[in-house]
Amino acid sequence: MRNRFKFMAPFTQKKETLFLIIFALGIVLIPLFVKNKYYFMVMNIVGLNTIVVIGLNLLIGFTGQISLGHAAFYGMGAYLSAIFTTTYGFPPWPTIALAMIITGMVAYFVGYPSLKLKGHYLVMATLGFSIIVHIFMVELDQITGGPSGFPGIPHLSIGKLVFHDDLKNFYLIWTFAFLCILVSLNLVNSRVGRALKAIHGSEVAANTLGIDTDKYKAKVFVLSAIFASLAGSLYAHYITFISPRSFDFYYSIQVVTMVIVGGMGSVWGAFFGAGLLTVLSEILHVTEKFNIIIYGAILTLVLVFLPEGMVVGFYSFYRRRKVKTLIEKEGN
Amino acid sequence: MLNIDLINTYYGQIHALKDLSLHIEKEEIVALIGSNGAGKSTLLNTISGITPPRTGSIRFNGVEISRISPEKIVSQRIVQVPEGRQLFSPLTVLENLELGAFLRFSGESRKNIEKDLHYVMELFPILKERREQKAGTLSGGEQQMLSIGRGIMGRPMLMLLDEPSLGLAPLIVTEIFNVIRKLQEDKTTILLVEQNAKAALRIADRAYVIETGRITLKGEAKVLMENEEVKKAYLGKDYREKRRQI
Amino acid sequence: MGFYEQILQFVLTGLTIGAIYALVALGFNIIHNATGIVNFVQCEFVTLGGMMMYTYYSLLGIPLILSFFLSMTTIILLGALIERGPIRVARSKAIIVLVFITIGLSSTIRGTALLAWGPDNVPLPSFSGENVIRILGAAILPQHLWIFGITIGVVIFLQYFFHRTLIGKAMRATAVNRKAASLMGISVNRMVLLSFAMSGGIGAVGGMIIAPITTTSYDTGIMLALKGFSAAILGGYGNNAGAIAGGLILGVLESLGAGLISSKFKNAFAFLILLLVLFFKPTGLLGYGESERV
Repeated sequence: MRNRFKFMAPFTQKKETLFLIIFALGIVLIPLFVKNKYYFMVMNIVGLNTIVVIGLNLLIGFTGQISLGHAAFYGMGAYLSAIFTTTYGFPPWPTIALAMIITGMVAYFVGYPSLKLKGHYLVMATLGFSIIVHIFMVELDQITGGPSGFPGIPHLSIGKLVFHDDLKNFYLIWTFAFLCILVSLNLVNSRVGRALKAIHGSEVAANTLGIDTDKYKAKVFVLSAIFASLAGSLYAHYITFISPRSFDFYYSIQVVTMVIVGGMGSVWGAFFGAGLLTVLSEILHVTEKFNIIIYGAILTLVLVFLPEGMVVGFYSFYRRRKVKTLIEKEGN
Repeated sequence: MLNIDLINTYYGQIHALKDLSLHIEKEEIVALIGSNGAGKSTLLNTISGITPPRTGSIRFNGVEISRISPEKIVSQRIVQVPEGRQLFSPLTVLENLELGAFLRFSGESRKNIEKDLHYVMELFPILKERREQKAGTLSGGEQQMLSIGRGIMGRPMLMLLDEPSLGLAPLIVTEIFNVIRKLQEDKTTILLVEQNAKAALRIADRAYVIETGRITLKGEAKVLMENEEVKKAYLGKDYREKRRQI
Repeated sequence: MGFYEQILQFVLTGLTIGAIYALVALGFNIIHNATGIVNFVQCEFVTLGGMMMYTYYSLLGIPLILSFFLSMTTIILLGALIERGPIRVARSKAIIVLVFITIGLSSTIRGTALLAWGPDNVPLPSFSGENVIRILGAAILPQHLWIFGITIGVVIFLQYFFHRTLIGKAMRATAVNRKAASLMGISVNRMVLLSFAMSGGIGAVGGMIIAPITTTSYDTGIMLALKGFSAAILGGYGNNAGAIAGGLILGVLESLGAGLISSKFKNAFAFLILLLVLFFKPTGLLGYGESERV
């Protein structure tokens, strides 16, 4: 696991900036070429998942622990936004911020004690937590609408501009995704990020350097939960209808699969994983019966054979071959 | 009996044993001395199959054993008594001893194994007394005795002892070394790895000195004890001798 | 029913489901002690126990006892196959990766079960009839007695296995100190294989004996197994006595909670207890037991 740090920023600063520019250009240009509403919807879901997955990737990359509870944070963002804006008429934008704060606090209460424990307890705690949240979503039907869902959520708007269709939401969601990627990359390359890498490299050493490892790990966890909450709120205002079905244990597994497939610790890998698996899921939606088995098979196969994930795995494979040819050249 | 020829062992990128060769004859006690990190335990782990060598060969009674699994090494009757005791702490003394004979249960009669159990308990009467106690509750010296006893239960032809004196009081060290001598009398061949060079050289027939993964000196133990370099590095200046010089 | 009879009823029902939790918890412990991983396929061991029993007994008409042992054997083989295959072959041995491989396998197997048997619940007849037996005003079914009896049998078997057989002691030794175990000639790989096989067998038994009461389907195992996992943590992760205590206590608490407080949130109790244990007493009621592995 220690080697994973080589892959945290597999690309140089220059390459990273290049990717960011391409990404931004993509956001601006794609709508000019794509007209199909369905494609936009898929891309928007990819965008939302990307936000969740970027946060989750920070968690896994920096702490080596995985959360099976991000469906709950995603759901909390969605339901808090839905309930406060629709039932109580709060203004949507401040509500999103409020939801992020509340979700963050809850994440801290769940995450800090779990991360303090030695061993992989975060998985278990987040699993339990996520099941409890899901039960609340279903059973507190007076507030949440229960299993039949919560309809009538208003669209987001800025002044006169209402984000009511797929195209406008595309810009909205992907702008946020871009910002989240920026924040992530910044964090990875920052002093804080390097401290966190140090923690994961050797917690004992980091402790002797005065880094409070437990607090840092908890902060990363909270950040990942906040990202998920943001995505959830955006989802609610986009689709205008939410139900507990979207926020169950399976979703938690899906997003973790996306991180793993893309490469644990790689920001761009996370984006790639979100994209690939969301599209795959849409294709498979035709035969919903096969969804479970295919996700499971992908997760298993990637982990067994390419545990560093596909982006990172291929990249390191590419790098090794490059080194090999270099050595062979030297030998001649 | 054991022939190690130019082996190289790596821990990842770290080259721990470099072109190392040594040999052990039947019923000898061979000592391997060296300071911390020199590669002593690595050599034992290599022989035991836990960290196989990348290159080189290890032959035991003519059979190549450098790349077989740890279980098969034990079945060849090469038994390691590891550094730091490595007992099964929550299991009883008796259970620990039984497990020492693990491979023998399928093939030998229970009676034979029980004979060895009695032998060990005679060698270390304290173990007989504490046989139903959990191994973790024993004192340091008792744990070392249990560890050696466990090794004996494997009925080894070659016993690899990794720092048996570590952390023990001098009186207990003497007791343990007496046992090692007795094992040699009972026809066990021994490779003794020690930081306590004095005690090791006193009891051994031949010895090797290892430094950063290489054998730097070898020869009869008596000769090595008089060797100036060995004296300086491993035997320490005798305080009385220093005073006489002044 | 008077109040005390009700309580007794809740307690008895709780003990019954608690026995299943205990079995599942034991399954989790065995693999955790041998390898340090949380085996999510345990969910499927439980599910498939019931489903295979249904297949052999109801669909193929094989006699009850034979079906029971056939199902158990099938799942034992499945457990061994999982270890020998994906777990052994996996390029990374990091615990978190292996845990996630088990999650992937769990989904794969569950998806296969969905395709094989469809989404509906299937019934399984009780082992010896449905005549209600009355004890002090509470009602229990013969199946409940089977559950208690078989669970006790499994527990006694495990006690004997781990403390009186050489292989059992070797497994305990491997759980405590892998390196020393291989220096004894114990094949760690074989111990791990055995742990998966045993875990499979025990999980399957749990699934089989509860199926007649709850009916079974391609995903009944998930909730049962996850609660069984909570029971393991409650009792002390890795501690077999803890697994039994945790299972029974969890079952009773859940039953009392559902009966006296609210049945809508019944499923949440087990996980609430999980979180409380993790936050306030992570070593559980009886501590970690022999294995120092966390």
